Amino acid sequence: MDLMSKLEGEYRKKDIPKFSPGDTVKVHVRIKEGDRERIQVFQGTVIKKRGSGLGASFTVRKVSSGVAVERIFPVHSPNITEIERLRMGKVRRSKLYYLRNLSGKQSRIVEKKEDKKVNNKKAKAK
Amino acid sequence: MKAIFGKKIGMSRIFTEEGESLPVTVIQAGPCQVLQVKTADKDGYSALKVGYEELEESHVNKPMGGVFEKAGVKAHRYLREIRLDSDSEDINVGDYINVDIFKPGEKVHVSGISKGLGFQGGVRRHGFGGGPKTHGQSDRLRAPGSIGQSSYPSRVLKGTRMAGRMGNEKVTTTNLTVAKVDPENNLLCIMGSVPGKRNSFVKITGAK
Repeated sequence: MDLMSKLEGEYRKKDIPKFSPGDTVKVHVRIKEGDRERIQVFQGTVIKKRGSGLGASFTVRKVSSGVAVERIFPVHSPNITEIERLRMGKVRRSKLYYLRNLSGKQSRIVEKKEDKKVNNKKAKAK
Repeated sequence: MKAIFGKKIGMSRIFTEEGESLPVTVIQAGPCQVLQVKTADKDGYSALKVGYEELEESHVNKPMGGVFEKAGVKAHRYLREIRLDSDSEDINVGDYINVDIFKPGEKVHVSGISKGLGFQGGVRRHGFGGGPKTHGQSDRLRAPGSIGQSSYPSRVLKGTRMAGRMGNEKVTTTNLTVAKVDPENNLLCIMGSVPGKRNSFVKITGAK
C-alpha cells in the first residue's frame, strides 16, 4: 500500500505530452488578474527537464526582441492548461545551458525529423 | 484537547485550485481506538488511553494481550494517552478517533522523535561560528573556542555546550497549517516539515 502515490495520483496530470530538451513548445498558462482569467502562451525552447512526480518542472527559454527570457514551469500545476510540442530538436545533452552563451545563428537547434526511440521499437516489432 | 497519533509518510507538494503549490508532509494518522477513559474522580486527571496501528494478536505478549482483551478492543502497536481539559462524556471505550477531527486551514503542533544525527561538533550542534579561516590559522576552522576561565572557576561549568550526540530526541514543531484531510485513506497533509524520519511515530495536537 503506497499511500504517497495514492495522494499524489489525485494531483498528477495524466495527459502530459512527450517532449524533451531541445524541443520547441507552446505552454498555455492560466493567469488570474483580479477576477478575470485568461490564457497566456509562452513559446520557446525547452532547455531543462528535472524532477519526478509532482515536483517535476521544466524550463523554457525564448529570445524576444533581443532579451532572453527563461520561465520555469511545474509540470503538474493546474495553471498549465496545455503543452504543445511544435518541433523536435536534435541535441546531445539533457541540459542546454550552453544556449545562454550563444546568440543568432549559433543558437539554432537542428530539427529532428523522427523520433528514433519510436522507430527502433517499430523495427524490433518487425 | 484534540490529538491523534500517526506515522510520517514523507514530503511532497500539493496544488490548490488557484495553482499555488504547497509543500506538505504527508502523515498517515489514526484511526486510534480508545482503550480506557480516565476521569478526574477515578484517576485524578482526565485523559483517553488510545491505541494506534493494529497488530495481529499473535504479535502481542500475554500481559499486553490481557490489557486489550479486558478493554475488548483489538491489539495495537502503540499505546498513548491524550490529556483532556475535562472529563469526556461522549467518548466511550472502543470508539475511534479519526483524521476528520482536523479541518483544512487549522493550526496544529506535531511532536516526534527527531532524526538521530550521531556525534556532531559544536558548529553543527549548537551553531557555533568556528574559528577564522585565514590570518595564519591552523586547525581552528570548526573549533569550539574557549570553554572556560583558568584560576576561577578552574573547571568547566556544567551544561557548557560542546560536541556530542545530536538528534534522536523529542521535538515539537508548532503552529503548522493543515493543508488537506483525506478521511478515506486516513491521510493528513500538513504544511512544512515535521520531526523524525519516514515511518516514525508522531503525535498531532490541535493548536489553541
